[in-house]
Amino acid sequence: MIYQAIVFLPLLGALIAGLFGRAIGDRASEIITSTFLVIAATLSWVVLVQVGLGHTTAKVRIMSWVVSGELDVSWGIRVDTLTAVMLVVVNTVSALVHIYSIGYMHEDESRARFFSYLSLFTFAMLMLVMANNFLQLFFGWEGVGLVSYLLIGFWYKRESAIFASLKAFLVNRVGDFGFLLGIAAVLMAFNSLDYADVFAAAPLMANVTVQIIPGVEWSLMTVTCILLFVGAMGKSAQVPLHVWLPDSMEGPTPISALIHAATMVTAGIFMVARMSPLFELSETALSVVLVIGSITALFMGFLGIVQNDIKRVVAYSTLSQLGYMTVALGVSAYSAAIFHLMTHAFFKALLFLGAGSVIIAMHHEQDIRKMGGLWKYMPITWFTFLLGTLALIGTPGFAGFYSKDSILEAVHYSHIAGAGFAYFAVVLGVFVTSFYSFRLYLIVFHGKERMDHHTREHLHETPAVVTVPLILLAIPSVVIGAMTIEPLLFGDGFGSAIFVSSEHNVLEHLKEHFHGAMSFALHGLTGLPFILVLAGFGSAYYLYAVKPELPEVIRQRFAKLYDIMNRKYLFDEIYQSVFMRGSRNLGTALWKYADAGLINGLLVNGTARLVGWFAAVTRHLQTGYLYTYAFAMIIGLLILLTWFVAR
Amino acid sequence: MLSELPLLSLVVWFPILGGVAVLFVGDENPGRAKVLALTVAIITFLVGIPLYSSFDPATAAMQFQEFMPWIPAFNANYHLGVDGFSMPLILLTAFMTVLVVIAGWEVIEYRVAQYMAAFLIMEGLMIGVFAALDAILFYVFFEAMLIPMFLIIGIWGGPRRVYATLKFFLYTFLGSVFMLIALIYMYNQANSFEILDFHKLPLGLTEQILIFFAFLLGFAVKVPMWPVHTWLPDAHVEAPTGGSVILAAITLKIGGYGFLRFALPIAPDASAMLDWLIITMSLVAVVYIGFVALVQQDMKKLIAYSSIAHMGFVTLGFFIVFGLYRHTGSLNGAAMGVEGGMVQMVSHGFISGALFLCVGVLYDRVHSRQIRDYGGVVNTMPIFAAFMVLFGMANAGLPGTSGFVGEFMVILSSFKAGFWIAFLASFTLILGAAYTLWLVKRVVFGDIGNSHVAELQDVNNREIVMLSLLAAAVLLLGVWPDPLTSVMHATVDNLLQHVIATKL
Repeated sequence: MIYQAIVFLPLLGALIAGLFGRAIGDRASEIITSTFLVIAATLSWVVLVQVGLGHTTAKVRIMSWVVSGELDVSWGIRVDTLTAVMLVVVNTVSALVHIYSIGYMHEDESRARFFSYLSLFTFAMLMLVMANNFLQLFFGWEGVGLVSYLLIGFWYKRESAIFASLKAFLVNRVGDFGFLLGIAAVLMAFNSLDYADVFAAAPLMANVTVQIIPGVEWSLMTVTCILLFVGAMGKSAQVPLHVWLPDSMEGPTPISALIHAATMVTAGIFMVARMSPLFELSETALSVVLVIGSITALFMGFLGIVQNDIKRVVAYSTLSQLGYMTVALGVSAYSAAIFHLMTHAFFKALLFLGAGSVIIAMHHEQDIRKMGGLWKYMPITWFTFLLGTLALIGTPGFAGFYSKDSILEAVHYSHIAGAGFAYFAVVLGVFVTSFYSFRLYLIVFHGKERMDHHTREHLHETPAVVTVPLILLAIPSVVIGAMTIEPLLFGDGFGSAIFVSSEHNVLEHLKEHFHGAMSFALHGLTGLPFILVLAGFGSAYYLYAVKPELPEVIRQRFAKLYDIMNRKYLFDEIYQSVFMRGSRNLGTALWKYADAGLINGLLVNGTARLVGWFAAVTRHLQTGYLYTYAFAMIIGLLILLTWFVAR
Repeated sequence: MLSELPLLSLVVWFPILGGVAVLFVGDENPGRAKVLALTVAIITFLVGIPLYSSFDPATAAMQFQEFMPWIPAFNANYHLGVDGFSMPLILLTAFMTVLVVIAGWEVIEYRVAQYMAAFLIMEGLMIGVFAALDAILFYVFFEAMLIPMFLIIGIWGGPRRVYATLKFFLYTFLGSVFMLIALIYMYNQANSFEILDFHKLPLGLTEQILIFFAFLLGFAVKVPMWPVHTWLPDAHVEAPTGGSVILAAITLKIGGYGFLRFALPIAPDASAMLDWLIITMSLVAVVYIGFVALVQQDMKKLIAYSSIAHMGFVTLGFFIVFGLYRHTGSLNGAAMGVEGGMVQMVSHGFISGALFLCVGVLYDRVHSRQIRDYGGVVNTMPIFAAFMVLFGMANAGLPGTSGFVGEFMVILSSFKAGFWIAFLASFTLILGAAYTLWLVKRVVFGDIGNSHVAELQDVNNREIVMLSLLAAAVLLLGVWPDPLTSVMHATVDNLLQHVIATKL
């Protein structure tokens, strides 16, 4: 019963606010949805204690979905440790975002709609993580995509917002294209879409091959896993399907925190971890995951350096961190990926909500060049943002340190193809992360106050509905890593929920050197990553605090490079000209030439014209004059006679 | 007691007689004509419900059969009956007719009684097509159906209605003439016009191929399959809203139904031999027509092209069984393809009907179907916008809506027959979302586009009722398709066994 309550309370809240929001009013909608979410969040912690510590797997069947031939799928719930961790992350962040939004959105006209979407999103995300079969997973998967679409385009009058929402949906659909084919491959291989059946039979499929291109044998599991991973690339914004995430910042900031940092974008990570029994069977697929993740981790981090919109800097940081999680998946350190997913959810939600707090105070100004010195006006926002930043860059002792260092170590121990490049990327990424994070922090909170006079006069700390969630998120951002690293990574944390084959088990190596969270942090103080963190901080400090005129000089010196980075490696422009304009041109060509021209013009109307022409010609034979008919008869008679005689 | 009533005759003839009665009420009394028409439509739907509730899903045999000699000279009989394929389509027809009557309530001011009567008569004829078990009876209903639709487009249609009606009529008529030849040929072989006798008729390969092509011409035009689809956009653009709804929701389904009832079971070997042709045509419909839909400027044309693309899944699902059987050596997964095609038919009935009604709602207010004449409709019509987004998402195949279920099943099934078939079919995920949501973006979202949009009134109660009924159907079928698929398992299994066994 408790599981059903966790899933369906948010749905109930969404329905009440969505259908009756006008009748009951905005305030009631806010209170109802937020209350339901707080209850659901509390229950999630109960479940974590029950399931997580007891290592039981709970299964509940709700009702039949469809039976057709051997396809037999039901709506159901499966709760194991992996799910329980996700439940806590999703519901906790969601509940805090609900509360925060009461403050953030208080001037908006359609708050009932906003809260309805927010709860609906939570419901879809819960369906995704609690699914016990691929179909329900896909339902939740597309459901979160739908609500993300609705929320990015929440301010529907803005052209940029509705463009971004359409873009996000379509790019995700490209990923889902692969994902759906992956599900079809699973059904073909296992004749079932139920996790339990599929995972149980997975080892039997290790050596089965298929021919996609005639004559070439590919491992079935490699094909399946890569197809599934394409879906993860869409949802978790991995290169080259990352282009929608920065634009998604058009949505309200609480949405960016909940959907585009803490939960939805991590669905791909969760999915791959959930499918670990399949991915473990294909080293090729793991290498693909690893390389894509490393590229995303490093190159998206670079872009964070040149952005001037406070939310976009954090967005690129999210892309880069998602890359880290993907890298962890690639080296079979699934637990480390989920661990980083969890710590990241807290500190990144904190950073986004902190950014939102700054945006409220700045009267919806998002350009960091017009900020500066904010620390003295908004102390709570400043201090919590600093804690979030320290967690993000991996300061030893903070939450992000434990998860990120575990990933670095795991990559270090891995031997699969691509691990060398990945190690280089994630280690260099530490420097980049530290650099862009402190750049943002220093420009916004310190240095010269660059806002106009009017804004400065009205600067003050945001109300409690905003700051309390910041504080509540700051606490786990600091402590959750130290608290949970041991049970999650080195105990039998995820139990049977995650499967790692013995030859890929890099975390096993890590375990040998692990002597408690405290010594892990102390050891981190002397490691290479921490030196890079300090180097990143040092260079950011020098460039943006000591010599603030220097960045402009560098920018002009490397104008070409800056231009390419500012245009995000040209991905958007290429996609726009190749896919958007290309498919419109193709559509127009097919329509004008093939459809209207050839088929309709030549064949259909052509036939009609031919009949018409033939009728018009033969009509002349029917003149109505007696002599014409008489003449024709005589001619005919003559021909007949000739024929008879000649015979 | 219910089962003793001639239920099928009732659902065929009650709306036809009701339509005639509405004609007698006359255009002078539009109010009474409308009330009578709505009553007839609702009663027909209610009478149809026992067809579902008393249906025995365990058997593939024809149910609710009625038999009466009709033309003894040709051994043609008045023989009705339904199985798991026809019964859901009959209910769909009765349901959509109720909505169409509601949709025309305040909008049609010219010859109201005749308009309502045309739809009721159309309903009876279409149900007759689905219920007929005698080939001549089927053919009579099949052709008679053209007349009311011809009149609906020709009288209440748009400016180019004459071109559109002629094209519609000639196109479909040409196709069905070949079908008639095939029927007569088989009558000579079997000395019976019973469709079920045709199923058992032993036929050589050449005969099967000729018969297959005759049916293909007849039904491909109706579906419509690429490349015989060009009548549909014209017909939709010129048809009044109700006409578009019935055309998209029901008459297209008759094409799909024809493949199940005639082409597949009568000519299984030819179907197996020529399945590549149907599959190619279906995939072209999905991909090529998807691109064409993307660039349409007229909302109705866009939805018409989208219909063609979605119907591609129907024919794909029906014909995937052969490739699947060749590839895997078993029928495992084939039922999913056929049932997916059937779900897609019913679902497309709801969704395309709903989208045409949505366009109708806008057209009634602004009198334009051009996308560029709209923009920011959500500002003045928020409730309507919610419906439009819902149906748009259903058209894009979002899980949880009926649009997903059929396509999902067909893609899963076709993957077993070949990776590339599923690959091409899956393009619908991207293309379907692209053309539908781009339409929604340009029409619904954005700032208020012009003064017409600024003056729009949101949907009234009548419109809310008809759109809500469809929304409920779309969501229910999406979340719980089992009530639909469970009635056809036996019928589908029977068909699959039948088509796999060669007639040669």
